[in-house]
Amino acid sequence: MTRRQRRLVLIGTALAVLSLAAALVLSALRDSIVFFMTPTELAAKQVSPGIRLRIGGLVKDGSLVREGLSARFEVTDGNKSLPVTYQGALPDLFREQQGVVAEGTLDKAGIFRADTVLAKHDERYMPREVADALKKQGVWREGEGAKRK
Amino acid sequence: MIAELAHYALILAFALSVAQLVLPLWGVAKNDSLLMSVAEPVALAGFGFVTFAFAGLIVAFVQSDFSVASVFANSHSAQPLLYKITGVWGNHEGSMLLWALVLSTFSALVAIFGGTLPARLRANILGIEGAIAAVFLFFILATSNPFLRIDPVPFEGRELNPILQDIGLAIHPPLLYLGYVGFSITFAFAVAALVEGRVDPAWARWVRPWALTAWIFLTLGIAMGSYWAYYELGWGGYWFWDPVENASLMPWLAGTALLHSAVVMEKRDALKVWTVLLAIVTFSLSLLGTFLVRSGVLTSVHTFANDPARGIFILGILVLFIGGSLTLFAFRAPVLKSGGLFAPISREGALILNNLFLTAIAATVLTGTLYPLALEAITGEKISVGAPFFNRTVGPLFICLLLIMPAGPLLAWKRGDITGVAERLAFATAIALVAAGYFLWLANGGPILAAFGLFVSIYVIVGTLVEFAERLLLFRAPFETSVARAKGLPRSAFGTVLAHAGIGLVLFGIVAEAGWSEERIVALKAGERVSIASFDLTFTGVVQRDGENWRDQVGRFEVRRGGVLVAVVESSKRLYLANNQPTTEAGITTFGLGQLYISLGDSTPGGAISARIYWKPIVTLIWLGAIVMAVGGALSLSDRRLRIGAPRPAGRRSAVAPAE
Repeated sequence: MTRRQRRLVLIGTALAVLSLAAALVLSALRDSIVFFMTPTELAAKQVSPGIRLRIGGLVKDGSLVREGLSARFEVTDGNKSLPVTYQGALPDLFREQQGVVAEGTLDKAGIFRADTVLAKHDERYMPREVADALKKQGVWREGEGAKRK
Repeated sequence: MIAELAHYALILAFALSVAQLVLPLWGVAKNDSLLMSVAEPVALAGFGFVTFAFAGLIVAFVQSDFSVASVFANSHSAQPLLYKITGVWGNHEGSMLLWALVLSTFSALVAIFGGTLPARLRANILGIEGAIAAVFLFFILATSNPFLRIDPVPFEGRELNPILQDIGLAIHPPLLYLGYVGFSITFAFAVAALVEGRVDPAWARWVRPWALTAWIFLTLGIAMGSYWAYYELGWGGYWFWDPVENASLMPWLAGTALLHSAVVMEKRDALKVWTVLLAIVTFSLSLLGTFLVRSGVLTSVHTFANDPARGIFILGILVLFIGGSLTLFAFRAPVLKSGGLFAPISREGALILNNLFLTAIAATVLTGTLYPLALEAITGEKISVGAPFFNRTVGPLFICLLLIMPAGPLLAWKRGDITGVAERLAFATAIALVAAGYFLWLANGGPILAAFGLFVSIYVIVGTLVEFAERLLLFRAPFETSVARAKGLPRSAFGTVLAHAGIGLVLFGIVAEAGWSEERIVALKAGERVSIASFDLTFTGVVQRDGENWRDQVGRFEVRRGGVLVAVVESSKRLYLANNQPTTEAGITTFGLGQLYISLGDSTPGGAISARIYWKPIVTLIWLGAIVMAVGGALSLSDRRLRIGAPRPAGRRSAVAPAE
């Protein structure tokens, strides 16, 4: 094999591996990313049922109802609120009036069916998406969540 | 008082790191051996002062000195002693100090074990280590000082985040940092090579033990973090594709590629420029990880506090080191004499393919991790790129990598024999097919992808062992011959086998967990039964138990298998009293390689308690496999040829040569 051929093989293999990676990335980016929305944004945009979404806000005071293993609650950003149902164990730090992020789909009745619920990892901090969502609605209290009290 | 002394020691350490940066590099420029030789004592002294500062902070935490702000924010007088100590690095300030401590430890190691390195190379390396230390110590002193006092002194501290009150915090961050920061040495080697404009196989030989050391710690650190998340967070997941996990995976991928390309460089004097680039990229990814975790760009359990000033500062450090080293690379790389090209079908050809896949995977993970940040910065849209993305991209690439992996060691250097390799791998393939079929039959079928994964993992393990048997002439020559050959093999050969088989074991665990786990979510009252896999569980009720700073509601489960009591599992909801913060303490019992995992949820209105019960077959192999890999790395490291500082001075080597 000549030097030139060896170089061609090397470059060809590198290109093949890279284009495989690029193809995988592009196809996965098209199908498997999830958009984050606040209840207000969700109300403004018509999102068709069945599309995976992340929503975030505060758990509305007095909205949490547990029925056996499932839970219902409302997520609010201070402007609009969204009913959510969830099957399974809620995270340890899930509380009313605390920040929460949920992932799942809207059903036809406009209820958000969450399959994942994330709360904070720590008493002191708030999910950044939630903090931003609250800031957008002007209900953010400085010194809350993201910053040290 | 101790806090002030420690603070002062940290300032002195900063001054010393500046000296460690300036004097040796100046010495190299002027070719002054006296200036160059200043590097070692300065590095050792710097290590001493950083250690003193760190010890001072530990004392402040142990004494619960709440006049120190970081102690107040992250400790509590009722906390057990272990968590008072580990709380030192369970916060932003202290963890940066741990980072600096690990960095100065590595500098000191180079100063101690670097005696066989050429003086100029050693001075360059220590100078560059000094530069990194100077910048990070300045960062700590300017924005993240752990020794700041508060007045008036609070009576009680605010307690370490309960999730972090675990033995995992004692192990995971130090191991991970030893890995992350260990790659600063290989980075320094690369920059030194670029400054000198010269690399040769000896350089690769010197760099390998350091890369291997860092790699061992990073492997263990990632595995330990994964197991910690698995048992502590109560979801039964061991890897979440969280950006912060990705931040540790990327340097691991690049570092693994570096280990392999350094072999090619040492043996064949090729891939020089590429190896230097990988050494730079690996540490750059470690820095990027530090930035992502410490700047507050991301939210996760690893993010302690968001302070924009810190983020900007770390971004500056990132730009300085990554930008600086890559610019240097762009200008100086052409000076490095590039090695020859070689036949595609050869050991070095296979190693190149390994490097291509590893870097492609690292680039994929990087894309998935940074894409949401970039998109939000540009369009303001918030997206999350999670497990589905990574499973679909990293999964296939990793499978490709693993399929070629057993072929590499079977190929000879320079010119390999592809048909011979194919024959041996056909044997491994046949065994893997039969074994995977057998497992599938045992498990009464399963998902097709998982079955394929099972096949790949067995193929990797068998393929690796086939190569090893080949070297020993096992089953071909008399057994005594094989034993004799095994004794003659360098330890690094055993290391390769273990590391390669280890990754096969990890994959086996991942696939078994993904394909054959069982899950029950139930609401139970005392006396009720539930069955999962081959187990019958009886919930005997909840009892209360008090700990030093917590109160547990312990649910007890009697586990029977075929009517015989085999275990009693306790799973609890724990309330940390200082901040009324609840955590889930999952009850985990190991049966063989599988685990029964029970985590308690909330009480339901009817007086029952909800519980998640998982049976995860073979799951422990995920971490045991990683340990096998690390043991393989350690065996290689202990190899005489690779021991730190191993290359003997040229004079002695040539003296030995005639005798051979």
